[in-house]
Amino acid sequence: MRFLNVTTAFSVLLIGLVLGSVRREHIRTEYSVSWLVAGVVLLVLSRWRALQDWLSTALGVNDAPLALLMIAGALFLVVLYRFSLVISRLKDSNVALMQRIAILEFRLDEKDQASAGK
Amino acid sequence: MKLLILIPAYNEEGAVASVIREVKQVVPGVPILVVDDCSNDATRAVAQESGARVLPMPYHLGLGGCVQAGYRLAFELGYDYVIRVDGDGQHDPRYIPKILNALETQKCEMVIGSRFLNGEGNHSGFLRHAGIVFFRAVLRPILGKPVRDPTSGFVGVNRTALALFSRSFPLEYPEIEALVVLQRKRFRFVEVPCAMRPRRSGRSTITALRSLYYPVHVLLGVFVNVLKFEGRRK
Repeated sequence: MRFLNVTTAFSVLLIGLVLGSVRREHIRTEYSVSWLVAGVVLLVLSRWRALQDWLSTALGVNDAPLALLMIAGALFLVVLYRFSLVISRLKDSNVALMQRIAILEFRLDEKDQASAGK
Repeated sequence: MKLLILIPAYNEEGAVASVIREVKQVVPGVPILVVDDCSNDATRAVAQESGARVLPMPYHLGLGGCVQAGYRLAFELGYDYVIRVDGDGQHDPRYIPKILNALETQKCEMVIGSRFLNGEGNHSGFLRHAGIVFFRAVLRPILGKPVRDPTSGFVGVNRTALALFSRSFPLEYPEIEALVVLQRKRFRFVEVPCAMRPRRSGRSTITALRSLYYPVHVLLGVFVNVLKFEGRRK
């Protein structure tokens, strides 16, 4: 029971932290959704005993907290995967942007030098 | 025929001037572009004073991103051939005409300056050599032909490869993956014998710790590129 109280507190803390960060614009709304969904799922599972029992039977584990841990782990893996996608896309855009800026600056300098030489 | 010599450089103030000087002696009049990967030292100023044009990157991108920026610019400026010579002095510019000749005559998209074809100069350590032997074995079935020096950065590309690499080029440790990117399009490469020298200054980007990560990263990159195989477009 203590474990479930801990996960409840953790999920409430997570939800509060994410909402606070969104309010202060430290996290963009679209990237808060994954964390909020993970937090709410964890909170519901921590408090709903019947659902825990059903899930632990479905997962083939005798222990409800263990089933909860497995689901929480899977949820956070999905969130991490989603952020890996976002970071990879950001990195690609960043590299392309930096290359474009460097090329534009280069061509601008060439033009300046050409017009200065005239 | 428009040829560009591309020199990627990161903290190479000690070597880049002599590399530029040597390139000028071997292929006078050919434009030299130094891509300065946001060096902390005077690489950019030294390169400019030595008569090269400099493409300065706003942030450190790593070798692949830096080389790709050079390829993109060369493609936009209409160059037919680009030969990459590293800024640390390991590549002997006297072999540039040999690479250019192979590009023009051998109907291939890329030419690799290989240090192992004639054994003209091999300055790789034991670990690096072991890596080369390993990646030769990995690449042999993928490329359908042997490659003797898959980690050589002394490469020339024609405009077709330039167009491809402008769009798709590995960001880190690009040499081996670039071969598989070429293979995705069924482009051809040949190797010509070249001598390599010890680096004149600076330090290799592949440190002791990174040498453990390097094969994992490259191996993964190779297989991801194999999965992207698309064949030559008609």
